[in-house]
Amino acid sequence: MTTFKVLRFDPAKDKAPRVDTFEVPAEKGLTVLESLYYIMENHDGSLAFRSSCRAAVCGSCAMHINGKYRLACNTQVETLKSDIITVQPLAHLPILKDLVVDLTNFFKHYDEIKPYIIPDSKLPEKEFVQSPKERRKIDGMVDCILCAACYGSCPVAAGEPGYLGPHALLKTARFVYDSRDKSTKERLQLVAHNKGLFRCHTIFNCQIACPKNLDPSGAIAKLKMKSVWSSLKEILPF
Amino acid sequence: MSMFDVIIVGGGLAGLRAAIAAKESGASPLIISKIHPVRSHSGAAQGGINAPLANHPDGKDDSPAKHAFDTIKGSDYLADQDAVELMTSTAPSAIYELEHWGCPFDRTTDGRIAQRPFGGAGYPRTCFGADRTGHYILQTLYEQVVKQQIPVYEEWFVVSLIANEGTCCGVVAQNLRTGKLEAIEAHAVIFATGGAGRIYGRSSNALTSTGLGMSIPFWAGAHLKDMEFIQFHPTTIIGKNILMTEGCRGEGGYLINKDNERFMKRYAAEKMELAPRDIVSRSIQTEINEGRGFSIDPASGGSGGGYVHLDIRHLGRAKIMERLPGVRDICLEFLGIDPIDSPIPIQPAQHYTMGGIDTDSNGKTAVKGLYAAGECACVSVHGANRLGGNSLLDTIVFGKFSGIKAAQESLESKTKCRIDANALKMTLKQVEAHLQRMCDNRGNENPYQIKLELAKVMDDKVGIFRTGSDMKEALDKVRELKKRFKQIRSAGMITPFNYNLLWLLEMEGNLDVAEVIAMGALARQESRGSHSRRDFTKRDDQNWLKHTLASYTKDGPVLSYKPVTITKHQPQERKY
Ligand SMILES: Cc1cc2nc3c(=O)[nH]c(=O)nc-3n(C[C@H](O)[C@H](O)[C@H](O)COP(=O)(O)OP(=O)(O)OC[C@H]3O[C@@H](n4cnc5c(N)ncnc54)[C@H](O)[C@@H]3O)c2cc1C
Ligand code: SF4
Ligand code: FES
Repeated sequence: MTTFKVLRFDPAKDKAPRVDTFEVPAEKGLTVLESLYYIMENHDGSLAFRSSCRAAVCGSCAMHINGKYRLACNTQVETLKSDIITVQPLAHLPILKDLVVDLTNFFKHYDEIKPYIIPDSKLPEKEFVQSPKERRKIDGMVDCILCAACYGSCPVAAGEPGYLGPHALLKTARFVYDSRDKSTKERLQLVAHNKGLFRCHTIFNCQIACPKNLDPSGAIAKLKMKSVWSSLKEILPF
Repeated sequence: MSMFDVIIVGGGLAGLRAAIAAKESGASPLIISKIHPVRSHSGAAQGGINAPLANHPDGKDDSPAKHAFDTIKGSDYLADQDAVELMTSTAPSAIYELEHWGCPFDRTTDGRIAQRPFGGAGYPRTCFGADRTGHYILQTLYEQVVKQQIPVYEEWFVVSLIANEGTCCGVVAQNLRTGKLEAIEAHAVIFATGGAGRIYGRSSNALTSTGLGMSIPFWAGAHLKDMEFIQFHPTTIIGKNILMTEGCRGEGGYLINKDNERFMKRYAAEKMELAPRDIVSRSIQTEINEGRGFSIDPASGGSGGGYVHLDIRHLGRAKIMERLPGVRDICLEFLGIDPIDSPIPIQPAQHYTMGGIDTDSNGKTAVKGLYAAGECACVSVHGANRLGGNSLLDTIVFGKFSGIKAAQESLESKTKCRIDANALKMTLKQVEAHLQRMCDNRGNENPYQIKLELAKVMDDKVGIFRTGSDMKEALDKVRELKKRFKQIRSAGMITPFNYNLLWLLEMEGNLDVAEVIAMGALARQESRGSHSRRDFTKRDDQNWLKHTLASYTKDGPVLSYKPVTITKHQPQERKY
């Protein structure tokens, strides 16, 4: 048996969050997500958590598990090497119920950076020509599953709800470095301010938290450089 | 009470594409999805999407006509040939559109969209982005939805249609965030709720892919078509049944039994590992059944059954890291093995519902004002067996057509389909009462036990190989479970984020769809595509070259049949 200590909170009823304890039979390969289902199906049907793909690609199930940000679905209980597993929602975000957090701000910031390609107005008849080398520039940047682990882990985002956040800045980089996108200048303007790029204190929490091993802090650093360069270019005579 | 021109239920590829098309056609669309669109099952698609672009050096002679022929042959001649031709001739422009919207496809050395070989295809025509194609397309379409400022009610769970004198004019949905039920009116509704794989236990599908999305239109008078045709994917990891894309074999992977033999030579000497899925799945299952597979150590848990090896080691680290990085991650995270060094233990599992809500190529169903597209629909382009890479294509091609048609018709019929306020209130009350009954139920049946028993009987008795007596047993079992489901013990309440209640409602849909699958399968006395009977081993065009239709009645589904559309290709024996 493994003991699960799960944070519970129903803002409509409870004054403060509490921790409920459940026993789940140990089984080889069992994941934290499967354990949560076990709890819902056998102990307490009211336990609320998000899930969908159960294969680490949809971004539904990011949580704080035994002190780290992880996806519940690809975290095997065994690998946590602990008889007690604590499961909490992503930090710093309002709890809607139990492990379900409010991602309104997270997606609002996503919307704010114009998260869509802005190509030349004249489209080619077939595909854009993009060399493999050009395509490789956006490797990793296109793999974000919008799980919000980085956002939850970021102390800056916690203190400043207006801060765009690692995911939105990574998404900006995804378009800035795409050879088909033609709006770098506008994009940099959208993020080069004190609630964007320059709010990031390079704490690297996002990079550590990301369950897909992506590098939002690296992308932010690149964008900072680029934006400094492009403003320099405007004032320098060469 | 809100009012839109077109409501799209579902935020996967089909739903998003339909919404964009409706908006571009001048209508005001609303997307409703029980999960945020980017969480949709479509994002799990790995291998790629088919189009005869002729970008690959070995694919120079490819054409829509050849793509159509492969699809029709793959379908074991049950696909409607006009619909297939429409899909394959639209494919190139549909892919270029995605590319113009920024979809990060892999590239050929000369900078065009890269293509890889896939099962049952005469040429390499599967466009891909590593093994994350579905993720890339889903993100791309969602980006366009943001750009077009299309409203999305995310985490709203649709539980019923609103109908007025047989015309669909909206939906009743539960806002999961508040728990409240609301009626939302529209002049047209498009269902794009995806597949029903979670009726089965061993399935590659997301947990959100359930039968409810097909059963809501079914209860309202739409027909379900060809539901007995369930695709079993040859290669899913043992235990968890997470997919290992056909791209593994497309890139050159082997299937190996315990005698270290590439056994596909016995079953499809020419195409080997790249024969269509129905054939490869049967071959693997035969190896396992005849003792040439590996057996699962019961201590390792999981869903049981035997397995064989998918071996990609010879592709080498570089190619695996470049083309199949997601597959490698899955092996590392879920099996604790690295496919660069070890073969992958795989077994077939339920993967795709070829059947679905009966539609024409504009997505129209038998119910006025109601449309369907994507995996929940059956146009039909996949017939008795879908080719890998054709289903993503299906979602964007027919998603778009249904969006355009629904927009047109809703703009034309604006005044006609209004329902009066009292009738609307009545509908809402009825739905609420139904949910409340579900919550108040204090019988002695455990609903999750019913879910497990359903999954098991479908896995065991309506699986890769079928017999009349097994399927009869399955049908009886499903009917018994339906009865028992009325006696469940539930401690539910209509509250915010009550996923327990959501599951109960989904199970109700699963049971009804399972009944249709089992009935259709039992009735069809032949073997065709994925429907492989040990008691009727041959395809029988004389009697069974026809689509199964199921209609809902209070006393259970009623089956009827309709002809298959044949244009150019007379049925032949299917050899690979
Ligand atoms: C692991 C895997 C890999 C695959 N790989 C490929 C591939 O490489 N190539 C290929 O061509 N095909 C592939 N397929 C098949 C393909 O991915 C699916 O058929 C396709 O994505 C289905 O898209 P869809 O838009 O119809 O539905 P989905 O993407 O499943 O979306 C369904 C939507 O409906 C919503 N919904 C459902 N019910 C309700 C409700 N009651 N109320 C509100 N919303 C609801 C959900 O929230 C979701 O947004 C794969 C399938 C699997 C399982
Ligand atoms: S960058 Fe990583 S942690 Fe952040 S949302 Fe994307 S996948 Fe999640
Ligand atoms: S359930 Fe999809 S990422 Fe975990």
